[in-house]
Amino acid sequence: MTKPCYETALLRLAEADPRVVVLTAENRAAIRGLPAALGPRFVDVGICEQTMVGMAAGLALRGRIPVVHALATFLTLRAFEFIRTDVGIAGLPVKLVGAVPGFLSEANGPTHQAIDDVAVMRAIPGMQLFCPADEGELCDALPEIVASPAPCYIRLNTRASTLVHTPFALGRAEVLAEGSDVGVLAAGLLVPPVLEAGALLRSEGIATRVVNLRTLAPVDEGAILATARRCRVLVTVEDHLLVGGLYQLVCEILVRHRIFVPVVPIGLAGRWFQPGLLADVLLHEGFTPAQLADRFRRALAAQGMQQNTSSTPTQGAFHA
Amino acid sequence: MSPDLTELVDRARRVRGHAIRLATRGGCFLGASLSCADLLVFLYDRVLRVSPERLADPDRDYLFLSKGHDVPALYGTLCEQGYFPAARLRNHLSVKDSVYWHPNRAVPGVEFHSGSLGHLLSVAMGVALDIKLVGGPSRVFVVVGDGELNEGSMWEAMLVAAAKRLDNLTVIVDRNGFQANMATEELLPLEPLGDKLAAFGWSVIDVDGHDFGALAEAFSILPRRTGRPSAIIARTVRNKGLPSIEGRPERWFVDLSPPEVEMLLAELGGAAPTALTSDAKVVR
Repeated sequence: MTKPCYETALLRLAEADPRVVVLTAENRAAIRGLPAALGPRFVDVGICEQTMVGMAAGLALRGRIPVVHALATFLTLRAFEFIRTDVGIAGLPVKLVGAVPGFLSEANGPTHQAIDDVAVMRAIPGMQLFCPADEGELCDALPEIVASPAPCYIRLNTRASTLVHTPFALGRAEVLAEGSDVGVLAAGLLVPPVLEAGALLRSEGIATRVVNLRTLAPVDEGAILATARRCRVLVTVEDHLLVGGLYQLVCEILVRHRIFVPVVPIGLAGRWFQPGLLADVLLHEGFTPAQLADRFRRALAAQGMQQNTSSTPTQGAFHA
Repeated sequence: MSPDLTELVDRARRVRGHAIRLATRGGCFLGASLSCADLLVFLYDRVLRVSPERLADPDRDYLFLSKGHDVPALYGTLCEQGYFPAARLRNHLSVKDSVYWHPNRAVPGVEFHSGSLGHLLSVAMGVALDIKLVGGPSRVFVVVGDGELNEGSMWEAMLVAAAKRLDNLTVIVDRNGFQANMATEELLPLEPLGDKLAAFGWSVIDVDGHDFGALAEAFSILPRRTGRPSAIIARTVRNKGLPSIEGRPERWFVDLSPPEVEMLLAELGGAAPTALTSDAKVVR
């Protein structure tokens, strides 16, 4: 089996569907071969994110499916109002690919840290949000995302992993490990280390359910509710601010369904992360498998203490 | 003026009448509407290869109204061209219809919504680019405000349009000299505007935006230069057609009393100007 490749997957789609056009605001890292392969259907507008998104809306008005590329933070923030106003209000099928989101910005520093991209893109009615856990999942999902009539924001992740995925479906989570002690909800880059952390805990008798949500909009509410009902404590893991990200998304759903379970957020609490190479960032911020296992273990232990000191069932979501 | 252009004068007067009737019970952006009324009448009657029957035709010409607050002039023009009955304008600002202060696609003939300044040039460029890709005959026109040229996205888009050689694209600047509250030259001077646009790689012409003969000449050759987008700087007057409020900075958004509407309609028809008594209202 050949290694999955975003660029090849996108090229195959473009070859099969003449409506597909590829745009970039001079961000070519993931699509270096496409200018030659696509000819005039590859458009580099220069470092002009707003113009690129506006043009994508115009192309979509003419029946095209534009797939646009820029660094995640500049795409979602610099061009936000163009995304909201031109793509969002009209509900046009523009596919927005944000490069190096979250921890993947590595040593670039806070200017480049898209750790609020989920928050802002979630606020656009009708916008789909896809957070691939690895390049294989990204490639599996691409045909359905491109075929959807809705706009979609993709947190680009072209890293390889050893995960074996179930077939992709928008709004459908996949359960990567079963367990009823800790229920971990994650999406994107951190899914592989979360799964490894779950395996570490299993060896010491703690059963961890690992759910890869894959799309945060539409989100698989059923999978979240089932995990909440099954597990003693829920943990959300994200390389995003706790404001507006996965943690809040999960809490909203639980409260709306009046399911009161402890939810422990693991993410960025009101600060940018310390820049560095990815492996070092993960270690510094506490997201290696061993560190995550430890945080899950403590989340479960805190829940045990809470139950021991309380004569009534836990009321409301509590946050460790 | 040739007789066929006289017909446009009458039509433009009717369009201004529609706009004045919208400037009550909530009001509208009358100043910007009256400055571009002649432009829109001319474009729809003499330039655009489009009609109510061709709204789904991919080979039609496209017009995008980027400075969306002048939509009363567009509504009036579209009514006069038969896109929808003028009776619909009685729904202006009603929540039961979609005829509000900015354009949207629920109104037949409106290609895209606007209101946030600095957007539709890039949207129009996407349309123009696709027309190039398929080798279509359509041309794309964008009406922008001069105040709108404060927005950085306009200049960014102009760089890209020139780089991509979008010569099927024409921008018409409604150069009425005012932005919301004051003269453009008092806040962020634009002149020499033609030189600026030319330096960005556009082919530029300056024209009196109220002179149909001059407009006919300006629009007669497009693109003005192969490989370059065209810019037509139309020198216009805020509230053109109503001498009592022409060129008045405070009469941008107006909300008139019903008697004032009748007064201005009479003035439009040639009656002597009378001073308005209602307060100026600026919304921004």
